[in-house]
Amino acid sequence: MLDVQNLLKVFHPNTVNQKVALGGVNLHLDEGDFVTVIGGNGAGKSTLLNCIAGVFGVEGGNILIDGVDVTKMSEHKRAKFVSRVFQDPMKGTAASMNIEDNLALASQRGKSHGLRWNVTKKDKEHFTELVKTLGLGLESRMSTKVALLSGGQRQALTLLMATLNKPKLLLLDEHTAALDPKTAEKVLALTRDITSRNNQTTVMITHNMKDAIEMGNKLIMMSEGKIIYTASGEEKRNLTVDDLLKKFREIGQQNDRILLS
Amino acid sequence: MVYLNALPGAIGQALIWGIMAIGLFISYKILDFADLTVDGSMVTGAGTCAVLLANDVPTGVAILVAFVAGMLCGLVTALLHTKMGIPPIMSGILTQLALWSVNLKIMGKATISLVGKQLLVARADVGTSIIILVAFVAVVIGILYWFFGTKLGCAIRATGCNEEMARAQGVNTNTTKVLALVISNGLVALAGALLCQYNGSADINMGRGAIVIGLAAVIIGSVIVSKISSNFAVQLIGAVVGSIVYYLVYQLVICLEWDTDLLKLLSAILVAVFLAVPHFKQKFNKSKFVLADLNCDNQSNGGENNA
Repeated sequence: MLDVQNLLKVFHPNTVNQKVALGGVNLHLDEGDFVTVIGGNGAGKSTLLNCIAGVFGVEGGNILIDGVDVTKMSEHKRAKFVSRVFQDPMKGTAASMNIEDNLALASQRGKSHGLRWNVTKKDKEHFTELVKTLGLGLESRMSTKVALLSGGQRQALTLLMATLNKPKLLLLDEHTAALDPKTAEKVLALTRDITSRNNQTTVMITHNMKDAIEMGNKLIMMSEGKIIYTASGEEKRNLTVDDLLKKFREIGQQNDRILLS
Repeated sequence: MVYLNALPGAIGQALIWGIMAIGLFISYKILDFADLTVDGSMVTGAGTCAVLLANDVPTGVAILVAFVAGMLCGLVTALLHTKMGIPPIMSGILTQLALWSVNLKIMGKATISLVGKQLLVARADVGTSIIILVAFVAVVIGILYWFFGTKLGCAIRATGCNEEMARAQGVNTNTTKVLALVISNGLVALAGALLCQYNGSADINMGRGAIVIGLAAVIIGSVIVSKISSNFAVQLIGAVVGSIVYYLVYQLVICLEWDTDLLKLLSAILVAVFLAVPHFKQKFNKSKFVLADLNCDNQSNGGENNA
């Protein structure tokens, strides 16, 4: 499904500020794989996700999605295969547009934007049903501007939008980090729900060791632009938070966020 | 009494500037792009139309060509921004500057008189002109209401609201920006084409400060209609209403026989005041807003608890 081969990303190349953000990353995901990504700040987790999504170009290596080489494909074209949920709940939706318009835009991902009416009556019913599954009571507020929703509601909506027309790959960039614990739990439960129902291939960055262990079937740990540890199957199931913290200590990576979690 | 007599003429002019304001609404409000091209593209519209009318080209054709000429101006600004990476304001300024020369070449001289030509609207025939202009405004609002309700229109709205998200949803934000600026400047040029007929002449200087007047209309309008409805058509009507309010005030100043040299200063002050209104509103209502926010949060949390 996803093949990242020897990916190289350098920021500010050939200047004094040159920084190798990804130094030859290899990652293979099968269809339906759910991988959690952990690592300290500056380890290259978000850079990896942004490279896969096409936000940045890369200096070397290849990215293949379902056998298609997308390394040089522009971000908006890649959106046909890849969808994202950002860390910042404000980023994933268009605030001045209502819930329906946002969903309609998402349902058009990967298709051309023609002169058909954006939200038809049939769409309205369909979207209302979908929003009901979130269990947030938003179905009665379909024509409310997204700006009036809370962060948690917006993030849940973004998740729904990202999985609306079943992308080949779902990228979650610490999508619960900015939410309060209770809301985070709820959005995480939704994530588990939707991904398992759709057998959704997913990459999820998290700073929460517990979530990293509990979610998905694979786990990778990154440090200084490289994947330094991979666990899957039995090995991942038996992991504990202490195991992971020990690994962090081994590589001399300690930061407050990790110790706190 | 002088003021009342001058009112119809002012309203006709206001309706024309209303179309210009709708153009600015698209770039400034929908796309969130401070487009300074308009000072130039308005004259391009007027100049193109005037030259064609002076050569006895049918009025409809002249207006249409002016509209297309304006679209090309928008295209230049859009390409400077999207293909060459020049910031929005600079792109607009560059096009505006270049258009000064282009407009002079189009017009051949600084002023073109349209006396005795076949015109669609004219100050001398205010009654008919106002009816025609109201119809024009209605058609423009109708078409835009439809357009921004389509998939493509929605993609443009999303681009202006949250570009990063739009790209993540597969919107080619360069294309949507080009489209919005092309439509916006097309409308501005259309306003220019109508204005030169209404005034009976086109002048190379007629676009100076146009953006301020247009923005004044947009902002006055949005302050007025924000309390009424968030419906898109109402927002567009708001821009036209804003333009009318602006010209009623403007006409008052003229009738009071103030020094007309001060008019541009007055325009700038008026726009500054209306731009400041939302800011001060927020400041003074802060305590009220906090309460509203709390209520909102309680409701949403309640919803989540129930679920």
